[in-house]
Formats: sequence, structure tokens, C-alpha cells
Amino acid sequence: MSPTLRSVLLFAGVAALYLVVGFLQSWPLAVTILNDGLIVAIMALGVNMQWGYAGLFNIGVVGFFALGGLAVALISKPFDSAAWAAGTPRIFFALVVGAAVILVSTRIHRRMKPGASRKLAMLVVMVAGFLLFRFIYDPAVEAVEALTPAATGNIGGIGLPVLLSWPVAGVFAAAAAWIVAKTALGLRSDYLAIATLGIGQIIVAILMNEDWLDRGVKNIIDIGRWPVPREVALQQQHWFISLAQAVGMDIRTASTVFVGLCFASLSGIVLLVLLLLAELSLKSPWGRMMRAIRDNEVAAAAMGKDVQRRHLQVFVIGSAVIGVAGALYVTLHGLLSPASYNDPLRYTFIIWAMVILGGSGNNWGAIVGALIVMLLWDEAESIGPSLIGWITAPLHAGPLKHHLIDSAVQMRLPIIGLVLLLVLRFSPRGLIPEK
Amino acid sequence: MDFLNALVALLNYVIIPATSYGSQLALGALGVTLIYGILRFSNFAHGDTMAFGTTITILFTWWFQSLGVSLGPLPTALLALPFGILATAALLLFTDRAVYRFYRRKKAAPVILVIVSMGVMFIMNGVTRFIIGVRDQNFADGRRFIINALEFRKMTGLSEGLALRTSSVITIVTAIIVVVLLFWYLNHTRTGKSMRAFSDNEDLALLSGINPERVVAVTWLIVAALATIAGVLYGLDKSFSPFTYFQLLLPIFASAVVGGLGNPLGAIAGGFVVAFSEVGFTYAWRKVLAYILPASLMPHGLVQLLSTEYKFAVSFAILVIVLLFRPTGLFKGKSV
Repeated sequence: MSPTLRSVLLFAGVAALYLVVGFLQSWPLAVTILNDGLIVAIMALGVNMQWGYAGLFNIGVVGFFALGGLAVALISKPFDSAAWAAGTPRIFFALVVGAAVILVSTRIHRRMKPGASRKLAMLVVMVAGFLLFRFIYDPAVEAVEALTPAATGNIGGIGLPVLLSWPVAGVFAAAAAWIVAKTALGLRSDYLAIATLGIGQIIVAILMNEDWLDRGVKNIIDIGRWPVPREVALQQQHWFISLAQAVGMDIRTASTVFVGLCFASLSGIVLLVLLLLAELSLKSPWGRMMRAIRDNEVAAAAMGKDVQRRHLQVFVIGSAVIGVAGALYVTLHGLLSPASYNDPLRYTFIIWAMVILGGSGNNWGAIVGALIVMLLWDEAESIGPSLIGWITAPLHAGPLKHHLIDSAVQMRLPIIGLVLLLVLRFSPRGLIPEK
Repeated sequence: MDFLNALVALLNYVIIPATSYGSQLALGALGVTLIYGILRFSNFAHGDTMAFGTTITILFTWWFQSLGVSLGPLPTALLALPFGILATAALLLFTDRAVYRFYRRKKAAPVILVIVSMGVMFIMNGVTRFIIGVRDQNFADGRRFIINALEFRKMTGLSEGLALRTSSVITIVTAIIVVVLLFWYLNHTRTGKSMRAFSDNEDLALLSGINPERVVAVTWLIVAALATIAGVLYGLDKSFSPFTYFQLLLPIFASAVVGGLGNPLGAIAGGFVVAFSEVGFTYAWRKVLAYILPASLMPHGLVQLLSTEYKFAVSFAILVIVLLFRPTGLFKGKSV
């Protein structure tokens, strides 16, 4: 079987699986899984760039994903003039001061000769800078968070269209990735992994605790999702009512499916554009250089390639792609819920399972892997409990049976792990191997 | 100015909690460092191994409690601990046989083994959650305090109370016993010496007739014991939930790396460095300062450098700083 035929068959098979879900279970469920699948496919694309192209081990995916989501809230929510008056500019000034302190201390480290005086100078700058930062930052944050905490209590946004926030999400994630890369990219692969794991946790902790920024665990709701219509509005349109009658669905289900499909086509377009760019770059001299660096860093460096710079580049680009996926996710749900990101298995490690299953280094593979694993994951939630219920039917109702059915959904973790281990063992190059 | 009260507050809120947390981290980091030294990969499933061992221990604890068996003032979990260790050892030996051995024979790159351990992590995490659920479990019983704050205040007449919790004392005592045993084993027994030889120079060790499979199996057994003990102590001290244990991965790795990966002594030192900095940065120092500063100099606010939610940032910062400036750790580790 030629590789092309193989991938076409795989994609057709995955599409058939989604249709089966639609026919046998329900169309809203199929569309929900499809939407989840397309978004994680974009994430998988980003991880594949970092791992597949360059061999960079990033397990802080959730951090960049969450930052992308933050961009949506900050761009699309209306401007909050009360917060501005209370202290928004002062908060930003404090952040600038904080950044300046870090910059100055790295400069000192670079310029001064190693020794006691350098240590002392850095210590003085950092301690004084930290105190100054807290002096400017704390009162401003308190003032902003005190404003109508039940409804806002954060700095609001700048009231621009949601669509504009998607590229901004990429920029946010890229900026964070640049900082990470500057500090951690020189590290050996498993150290980089641990460092990125830490970064991911820290970003999520910031989003959960800095209420002035995104209301923390109180969530930001009602994020507009232009240009996709709202279900309630659709249900009153004459053309839509007749359309629903024509396909024979009740109007609620039809509107959910229709809105979901609108969104899926939007994410689909984003995915295809990114895929096209990724494929073009992979086939370009740049892509060949990346793979050469991945396969043999020393040889590539000897050929005059700037390994560190290329790594930085691909790390930033990959993270930006993950950030865009994060923006799509928040736009889809119309909700930024920082606490929900506190689950690295769901937002980081599962993406890795997708990339490995699909085939590291192959963009098409990453997408197929994403669509399959997401289906497994979401289905475990919907059919897992009934499956266990069916298996445990002979048991008498009691605490054991109750516990088994209750915990059934957790079985998706071992299933994903098993898939990952089986692929690594028996088909380490994945479903669609790299050419 | 009241140094005595300040000292008691310092002991109560900083030194005792940080020492027991540091002992737990040190035991966890010892497991990571041993695997790194002998099997040569960073085991991402370590947090979940701890969670699994603790889960089994909790199940046995519940069983003993229902039978009415107890250790009096000591927590029943100590009685259940050997069973937890046995179950974890069986699980780790099985995992090695079913998963890791294949890659070891193939001499796969360390990074592949790390990804493999991610797969194992998924499975262990899911199994733990399946067995015990995702909620917090508190399984400490027995006497809660050795000295409680009220008694201490009465005894000494100080205004600041010192609460000495049973779990802290058990943690510290157990950690000392475990570490002494481990070092005695590594330095004085034949198998322990062959483990060190294997870790130092695999080829030379093989040449001198050391059986690698035996070394690896013994390593997993020791790791099972260390991980389970660390997990149970942490659970007794705080509480158990699968997700918290997964999150312990970062401070544990930070401890192992700070001390120098592959170096057992370093792992212990690293555990305490990380624990003391975490507690030091996230503790609200106002209480201690109030005793030693005159009222006019007293700063506003809690004098807390970072809020407790950012404790991961502390381990992360230590990790990155050490890796950037001293990649082999404080003690000489293996890493380059």
C-alpha cells in the first residue's frame, strides 16, 4: 500500500467513525467531538513541529494553550473604564518595572566579572526591584479586584472582534515561548521536559490566581463568538425552521448541530491553513535543515547551521500554533475557565499520545492521531459507564457496582496509556510514518 | 523584642513543616535518582507510583480499621505500609518486564524511555483513580499531636504555641531510618556495591560479571519501597489525592536535579533545599517579625513573598537556576 493511499484510507476510516457516532448515538455528540478533535489537531500540529521537526520535548503545552485562551478574553471583552481609573495602568507599569529588574540583573550578570561584587550587585538589584514591584503592584491589584467582584473585578478587555484575538493568541503564546526558550532551551531533552512541565503549571497557576487579569476561578463568561450565530437566534429564523423540518430534526438539536458545524468549518479552515504552511515549511530548505539538526546536531552545527537559533525559532512557532488552538477553544465555549486547565493529562500528555500515535514528524499523522484519540477520550465519557454497567449487570446493586460505574470514565487514562505503549513498542513510527 | 516566641513561631510554621516536607521530597527524589543512575532515564511515572503505593496502603488501612486492628497512638497506615510496598514492588517488576526491558535490551535513547514512562504514567494514574476515585482521602488516625499548642503554652508560659504533630515526627524518624538502611545497603552489601558499580560504569560492571537484570530488579524493589513510604508519609502529613501526587513530580525532580541526578546523597540535600525554599517563600512572615521588630518598623501586609498557589514556581526557579549555572547539581551528579 502506498503511503498516500494509506493516509487517505485512514482519514476515511476516521470520518466513518465520526459518522457512526452521529448515526448510532447523536449528532450533537458527534459534532462536539469533532470540534474538540479539530482543536486538539491544531495543538498536535504545534507539538509535532517542536517534537517531530526538531526533537524538542515540550510538556508545558497546557500553558501555551491557556495563554491563547486568555488572549480571547483580553481582546474581545469590552473596555472597563472603572478598572482603568482604579489602577489598570499602574498594574502594567508594575509589570514593566518587574521586567526591567530582570533585564537589568541579566545585564549585570553578563557585563560584570564573576565574583562577590557581581553576586552582591545582582542581589541588591533583585531584592530592591522585587520590593519596588510589590509596592507598585499590590495596591493597584487590590483596587481593581475590589470593583464589582461578582460581575467583573478584572481589567476587562479592549472590545475588538473575537476573530482578531486568534492571531493575538499566537503572539501571546509565542512571547511566553520565547522567554521559556531563552532560559531553558539549552538544556538536555529530559531537563527541558521537566522545565516546560513547570512552566505549564506556573502559567495555569497565574491564570487561576491573578483575579485582576481574568477573574481567576470565577471564570469569564459570555465571550462573543462572532461570526458563528447563536442557537437561540437561529431557532427564530424562518429559513432555519424550514431547514430543520426538511432534515427531520427537532429545532433545538438542529440549531446545536448547525452552530457546531459552523464552528467546525471555522476551525477546519484554520487547521488547513496551518497544515498547508507546516507542509510547505517542512518541504522547504528550512524544513530539511530542521530535520538535519534533529537527526544529528553535531553534524548540522559543523555544517554551519545555528542549532540554538533554529531550536528557538521552531519552539516559538510551535507554541504559537498551540496558542491559536487555545483561542479557538475559548471562542467555541464562549467561556474562559482557568481552573479547567489544571489538568495536564487532558491538555498536555494526551497531545503527546496523539503525535506519537499519528507518527512523529508527520503533520497528517498528527491530525489523524488527534482525531482518533479525542474520539476515544470523549467516547469513554459517554459510553464508558454504560459499558461497565453492562459488564457488571450480573452483580447485585451495591457499593462495589456503584463504584465501578462511577469510576468507569477514569478508564480512559489507562486506555490512552496502553495505546501509547503499544504504538511505541510495535509501530514506533506511528500510523502515518514520516517520509 | 521577644526572641523566644519568635523562635517558637519559626519552628512551628517553618522549620518543622519544611523538615517533614523535605524528608518526603528526599525519599521521592531518592527513587527518581536511583532509576536515573541505574536505568538511565527520568521516570515521569514516579508521582503516580507514589500514588499507587499510597492507594494500596489506604485500602489496607481501611481493612485493618474495619477489623479493629490499630497501633494505638500511631497511625494504622504504618501497619498497612508493608502491604502497599509489596503491591507496588509487584507492579513495578511487572512494568519492567512488560515495558521497560524491551527498550533496555534495544539500548533505546533515554528520551524514548521518558516517553514510554509517560505511557506508564497514564496507566498508573488511571488505575489509581479507578481504584480510589479522584477525591481527597484523609487516612491518618491515632493520636494527632505529640504536644499540642495549648499544652505547650501552659507548659512554657509563652504566648506562642508549638504544635508537634505525630505525622511530622513519624515522617522525620522514618526518613532517617530509611536513609540509613539505604546507604548501609548501597555501601556494605554485595548487591548494593554492584548497583553502584553498574551506575558508575555499566560496561565495566558487566565485564566483572554483574548480572544486570538482578541489579535492575533490586533497583525497582528499592524504588517501590521508597516511593510508597514517601507517598504514605506525605498522605499522613497532608492528604492523599491522585492529582496532588502527580503534581509532586515537579518538586521531586527539582530536588533530584538540584542534588545532582544519580547521586543519592544529593537527592536528600536537594529535597531539603527545595522544601525550605518553598516554605520560606510562601510563608507569611508577619507572625515571626511581629515578635522581633519594634511596632514602628513593622511592615504592612503579610510579608509573604509569594502566595502559596505559586509554590511550584519556587521549585521551578531553583531547578532552572541550578541547571543553568551548575548543571551537575550541588553534589556531582551524572548529567552533562
